[in-house]
Amino acid sequence: MAVSKVTVAAPAGSGVFTRPNWDAGWLSWLTTVDHKRLGLLYIFTSFLFMSAASIEAFLIRLQLAVPNNTVLNPDAYNQMFTMHGVTMVFLAIMPLGIGFANYFVPLQIGARDLAFPRLNAFGYWIYAVGGLFVYSSFFLGGAPDAGWFAYSPLTSLSNNPGNGTDFYMIGLFVGGIGTLVTAMNLIVTIISMRAPGMTMMRVPVFTWMMLVTAFMIIFAFPPLTIALFQVIMDRTFGTLFYVPQAGAMPILWQHLFWIFGHPEVYIIVLPAFGVISEVIPTFSRKPLFGYPVIILSGIFIGFMGFAVWSHHMFTTGLGPVVNTAFALTSFVIGIPTGIKIFNWVGTIWGGKVVFTTSMLYAISFLITFTIGGITGIMLAVPPFDAQAQDSYFVVAHFHYVMGGGALMAFFAGVYYWFPKMSGKMMDERIGKLGFWFLVPGLHLIFFPQHIAGLMGMPRRTQTYVAGIGLELPNLLSTAGTFVMMIGLILLAVNLVHGLLRGKPAGNDPWDGRTLEWATTSPPPHHDFDRQPVVNDRDAHWVQKYPESVHGHRVPESASEPYDANGIHMPGQSWYPFIMGIAFLPFSYGLLYHNFWVLGLSILIFFVGTFGWAFEGVGGHHLPAGGHAHPKGARS
Amino acid sequence: MQARRWRLGGLLLAATLLLAGCEFAGPQSALDPQGPVAQAQKDIFLWTFWLSWPVMIGVFGTLIFAIVRFRAKNASDAKAIPTQTHGNTTLEITMTVVATVIVVLVAVPTVRTIFATEQRVDVTALEPGDVLVKATGYQWWFKFEYPELGITTANELIIPAGRRVVVELDSADVLHSFWVPNLAGKRDMIPNNRNQVWFVADQPGTYYGQCAELCLGAHAYMRFRVIAEDDAGFDAWVAAFQGAADQVVQADPLVQRGQQLVAQKGCIGCHTIDGYYANVPVGNPDFPNLTNFGLRTTVGAAVLDNTPENLAAWLRDPQAVKPTNRMPTLWVVDDPNADEEIDAIVAYLLSLGVPDAASAALAQGGLHGGQ
Repeated sequence: MAVSKVTVAAPAGSGVFTRPNWDAGWLSWLTTVDHKRLGLLYIFTSFLFMSAASIEAFLIRLQLAVPNNTVLNPDAYNQMFTMHGVTMVFLAIMPLGIGFANYFVPLQIGARDLAFPRLNAFGYWIYAVGGLFVYSSFFLGGAPDAGWFAYSPLTSLSNNPGNGTDFYMIGLFVGGIGTLVTAMNLIVTIISMRAPGMTMMRVPVFTWMMLVTAFMIIFAFPPLTIALFQVIMDRTFGTLFYVPQAGAMPILWQHLFWIFGHPEVYIIVLPAFGVISEVIPTFSRKPLFGYPVIILSGIFIGFMGFAVWSHHMFTTGLGPVVNTAFALTSFVIGIPTGIKIFNWVGTIWGGKVVFTTSMLYAISFLITFTIGGITGIMLAVPPFDAQAQDSYFVVAHFHYVMGGGALMAFFAGVYYWFPKMSGKMMDERIGKLGFWFLVPGLHLIFFPQHIAGLMGMPRRTQTYVAGIGLELPNLLSTAGTFVMMIGLILLAVNLVHGLLRGKPAGNDPWDGRTLEWATTSPPPHHDFDRQPVVNDRDAHWVQKYPESVHGHRVPESASEPYDANGIHMPGQSWYPFIMGIAFLPFSYGLLYHNFWVLGLSILIFFVGTFGWAFEGVGGHHLPAGGHAHPKGARS
Repeated sequence: MQARRWRLGGLLLAATLLLAGCEFAGPQSALDPQGPVAQAQKDIFLWTFWLSWPVMIGVFGTLIFAIVRFRAKNASDAKAIPTQTHGNTTLEITMTVVATVIVVLVAVPTVRTIFATEQRVDVTALEPGDVLVKATGYQWWFKFEYPELGITTANELIIPAGRRVVVELDSADVLHSFWVPNLAGKRDMIPNNRNQVWFVADQPGTYYGQCAELCLGAHAYMRFRVIAEDDAGFDAWVAAFQGAADQVVQADPLVQRGQQLVAQKGCIGCHTIDGYYANVPVGNPDFPNLTNFGLRTTVGAAVLDNTPENLAAWLRDPQAVKPTNRMPTLWVVDDPNADEEIDAIVAYLLSLGVPDAASAALAQGGLHGGQ
């Protein structure tokens, strides 16, 4: 039965819009500040962008199936691989991690929401607006075409007069704001909103990795923002930051981009490590092996991630001393990564391995990511990198790490957390069938690319020379696309099937270890009826099996009621949506040099800021210590 | 267990054969080194490759063993609670040390190879026998200048085998990268950023090169060749260029007509041809230099072999051969004179650097056609 709403007179706000309290209907998705709904919005939106990126990848592989193919002309090809990279990195995989973080960080630490729910909504809307803006370029004169790292001076007005580059620069500039505010929100939440008793060394690993990731975002995005700002200034106001004819050193862009770009790799991969560190213990029915080492490795990677950027620039002639220094730091960062892999295998060792689809993806992650890590160490060797850099060997490497690594880990996360998010199970048979298409397909696509690269095939070329040994690897690679596509379609089918026909999941279908499995599926709006109190790592597991971990009984934790007056639920708000959407006219105004539109958008933004500040608390109270479960939940 | 070991051995053997065999040889293959720099780069790759095998066998072997050995055998087993171990400090420290040792095993030869192959050569103090080249990347071709020899050419770098070639790298517009996999790994061409690469070709031969940094448009067709000659062949080539300004247009009327057309059609507005007029320079240094074009083996930045048919096709419709390149189409589709004029220009261009018309036909494909 539903918890009845007890409307307590909330402090009157002074905004134009009152804070809505609706909990159904499409408008509620625009004004929601609930971390779970925003998490779902992130995940859903990232899947949409991922579909677009998959179609782009499919076209790229069709073009490269045989030499001198004519599916795409050079211009279209450049737009396809640029948008594939931009989408996967900025609009699909990173937001997927942030979506999971939105949903599960508060649940894992026993909080009721993120620290700043409206800021969270604002971050989502900026991401959505930034993504839509970049994608609108396809209809407005052509997409960005200078590669996802948009090397200067290819982006200067004289070398690239079309609008595509502006869409890239402004879109990432705006999108970066959303990522930054979300990172700050996560940091505050994880530091200050953990349940009573949850010391830092009891925090679930996924949440820990998100904390490290959030700090990395804070330090990594400013250099990118500066570089983007310089190019926007160059292209809009005619400054000369990246104009070689005026004496500029275009290599500056590479430094600024990669001091963002390499941490970005870990911003994508650390949340994936977090997911794996949840999935493997759950399906091995054992605690994570070497929890402190995993955490410290993650922190170490977070620091070292900022000290390896020039390994993307070994061929730019920085000289033997610099190349040696960055080779060594890059080798060093391999050590904690290797230790993590060892610890995951150690977690499986001695456990009871349950082969769910989620676990299959986690195991495939271990194998694929190890191969990607090994080729990563190879690429950190500058003399070899001189051959492999900008060849298909690199393409193969980072698809093993990003696609076979991060993405497979997130797919493990999708299968793992879908029951919690929807209250329904995904079909294991379809899931496993999809897995056996998806992962072998992935290897069939990307393994031959190592060989193509060593045989002399540069990346980002829409055709290649016939007769020098490149035909077979490329044909295999294209064949793999079809196999993987079947796997992806089966995944999508399974998601829809699960939502429509899935069997009821119950609260804890996997016999989970962390607090999100202690509440209903899907969790109620207020997450937990009573404030959980934590007295050990794997807080939920020790409540279920109090004698299993330490050999003696762990005392039962006494969960506390939130408040004698009932749980206060904040009202929803129009302002995050309005202020997020204001960035759409802002972006177009900047792009088309229409400073009226630009000024209007800034006006909307500032008026929105005042509305946001003064709209008041709003909301309603739920009865104290509610034992009843909200509508739709099963226990 | 025995069978397992055999299988692993078989895998290793297969990998060895694959790498050792001629499977991966090719004119643009990094696994087919033809000089000491590329050899050192391949050697360090193979060292990391072999080191990766024990790592992969260790990790994957343990993983596969663990998931088989510790699988839940049935539904009730999947509910059983194994011992809840949290870690093993000794084991973890051991693995950290093992990982560190592997990294050191990679790092030491890496640093050695870096300093053996990436040291900048002081071009003011070259050793005797060194050849200095200045290479400039343009959208979408390469200019090669030999400052000590006074030679400028495009897209084909002729070098003497067995001698060190030092290439100074520059770009006239966007980023490019100079990559001849058989001879040396790539080095980027960056505006306002002096860069350099050096290499030696052990044997005479033709090695493929390609731009490896996205430069939009015809990036995929921005190719070049490095042609290593023996000393006599190189000297002959140098002599042909140094005498190019004095060469006489061949008497063949078709060639003569071609020379006139090259002016009428505006070719010399861009393309330099030494010896086009005695002592009158033509062309613009920012476009491919066509001096001694008859000695070239390729057309359009190594996109086509330099045969009369290919050259005619290129002149007729450059965009069809190399999309987005900047060579204009000089004849409208139904131009009645196109074929005759193109034949004449082809005859003229192929005669450049070639002693007389009779041997021009023989030498099509250039001095190096036999290789």
